Amino acid sequence: MDFQDYKGVWVFIEHKEGMVASVSLELLGAGRKLADKRGVELAGILIGENIKDLTKTVFEYGADTVYVYDQPIFKHYRTESYMKALLDCTDKYKPEIILFGATSTGKDLASAVATDLPTGLTADTTELDVDEETGLLLASRPAFGGNIMATILCKKYRPQMATVRAKVMKALDPQSGRTGKLVEETISLKEEDIRTKVLEIVKETVKKVRIDEADIIVAGGKGLGSYEGFQLIHQLAETIGGAVGASRDVVEAGWIDHAHQVGQTGVTVTPKIYFAIGISGAIQHIVGMKNSGLIIAINKDKEAPIFQNCHYGIVGDAFEIVPILIEQFKFALSREKVTNTRNG
Amino acid sequence: MLHIVACIKQVPDTKIIKMNPKTNTMDRRTAPAILNPYDAHAVEEAVRLKKKYGGIVSVVTMGPPPAVNAIKKCIEIGADEGYLITDRRFAGADTLATSYAVTKAIEKITKHKPVDLIICGKMSIDGDTGQVGPGIARRLDIPPLTSVNKVVEVNQDEGYAIVHRKLEDGFEVIRTTLPCLFSVEKTINEVPYSPLPNMIKAARYQPHIWSVDDLEEVDIKQLGLKGSPTIVSKVWAPPKPAGGTFLEGNPREQVEQLLSVVLEKKELFDLKEGI
Repeated sequence: MDFQDYKGVWVFIEHKEGMVASVSLELLGAGRKLADKRGVELAGILIGENIKDLTKTVFEYGADTVYVYDQPIFKHYRTESYMKALLDCTDKYKPEIILFGATSTGKDLASAVATDLPTGLTADTTELDVDEETGLLLASRPAFGGNIMATILCKKYRPQMATVRAKVMKALDPQSGRTGKLVEETISLKEEDIRTKVLEIVKETVKKVRIDEADIIVAGGKGLGSYEGFQLIHQLAETIGGAVGASRDVVEAGWIDHAHQVGQTGVTVTPKIYFAIGISGAIQHIVGMKNSGLIIAINKDKEAPIFQNCHYGIVGDAFEIVPILIEQFKFALSREKVTNTRNG
Repeated sequence: MLHIVACIKQVPDTKIIKMNPKTNTMDRRTAPAILNPYDAHAVEEAVRLKKKYGGIVSVVTMGPPPAVNAIKKCIEIGADEGYLITDRRFAGADTLATSYAVTKAIEKITKHKPVDLIICGKMSIDGDTGQVGPGIARRLDIPPLTSVNKVVEVNQDEGYAIVHRKLEDGFEVIRTTLPCLFSVEKTINEVPYSPLPNMIKAARYQPHIWSVDDLEEVDIKQLGLKGSPTIVSKVWAPPKPAGGTFLEGNPREQVEQLLSVVLEKKELFDLKEGI
């Protein structure tokens, strides 16, 4: 394998209902930095049906080149069809790095493609860097259950691949009118060659918990002691109009559903205010919430790592502090409203 | 008669594990080894399908000799046969080398009895990647279906299965040909307490144990550390951030300070009008 043949940084562009996924825009931002450091092109790879309009967005967010596979067979994401397109493109244009969002689609596709190439794939990366000289990708992620960070390298194979967590990289500000090279490709692939069929797509009518969209999150951890103790989190969240988050321990103990889990194996969140109550702050939790606007930690243990990762900390018993907080908050809100009404 | 293979892993219980602060490595002595919790759901689903359609469930794992205990746990859940591949030459495998070795084991199992369906857990709690399942499917050239949270039908006669794949805002209904591979979500089922006869059977059960030499047409270069494109170059504790300001005083004073900080972000609390 001659590494000289492999050039450029690629981002697999996810999209849905005519919109580029925000994780792909974030990866274009991260990929731009890697490409600039190496002095190579940044490309987006776009697979789907009737998706040419999206190329504009991909250029505006930093890509120099967009490879497009726009065919009816790509109407729905399917591992086998998308994999064939990506393998075709990789074979023709030989990138040195391919980044995917660590979403269910991104992980599914990357795992299949890496096996066929074959090459190394690092999962759920939270930090990316590249060696300017060698082009070696330094992909770092929390490891061993999230107590420590590990940097993973793929020295002997190209391209190097990584899936990257949503909301940890920053998208660039889009430059209106920025454009680049559009490369349109097709592959000959018949429907009968694909062994899976999408029979139906069902949207859940029940409103699912989307804690990644909340402005305020009240998250609780094992420090609350029990399912009953955890109800305090729900009370505070309800009082201040926040969503409920949880640490991994709490979810595994069955106190709350996995949709509420914040962290490496849960959701990455960036609310304006994040309360971490009874959460010790393992790295795998921290990577999921560290970019929140205002982080408030309440914990009995003054040495808990969460206090290193917050803006304001209270050392104390949640069962003493939180009820006062709820009471005071209710009072403050009613007072504010009265004041507002008077002024209005 | 369906033949379902569940792929499993024995893992250290990462909830309990302690790190050695000097070497930045896991102190494995501090953590008990358990069946990867996600894999228990894979085995449970295989057992449910066996009960519904008839057939047998085999479990396969790669790991050190004590991994027989994880296989015994699967027998408790209701699996019929267990296969452990264990050999120093497997050591240090990343996801690519792991999927290669496990595929070789499945190929050997298939020789005796063709496999209709392979079920994996979503991921392991120590590796957290979810990459091995799809890797096995690609190597066997069967369709990989990840994020499966319901198996609607398995029709062996007509050679298809219908499943639900979880999406961010719902699910999709997929028809796939058999054989195929599912990576299943935890929500697919609940693993009940094992019935006593299963526990007795598990206590007495001796799994099949294979070394590299027992497998066929193995390319040694693709195994273990040698066959792994990814390497861990360093393990590090992230630099400690500056840390926050502690709010001092008695609880009531602490809360008052906290409230004044929080209420600075007035716009979040629907108070804009009239200010």
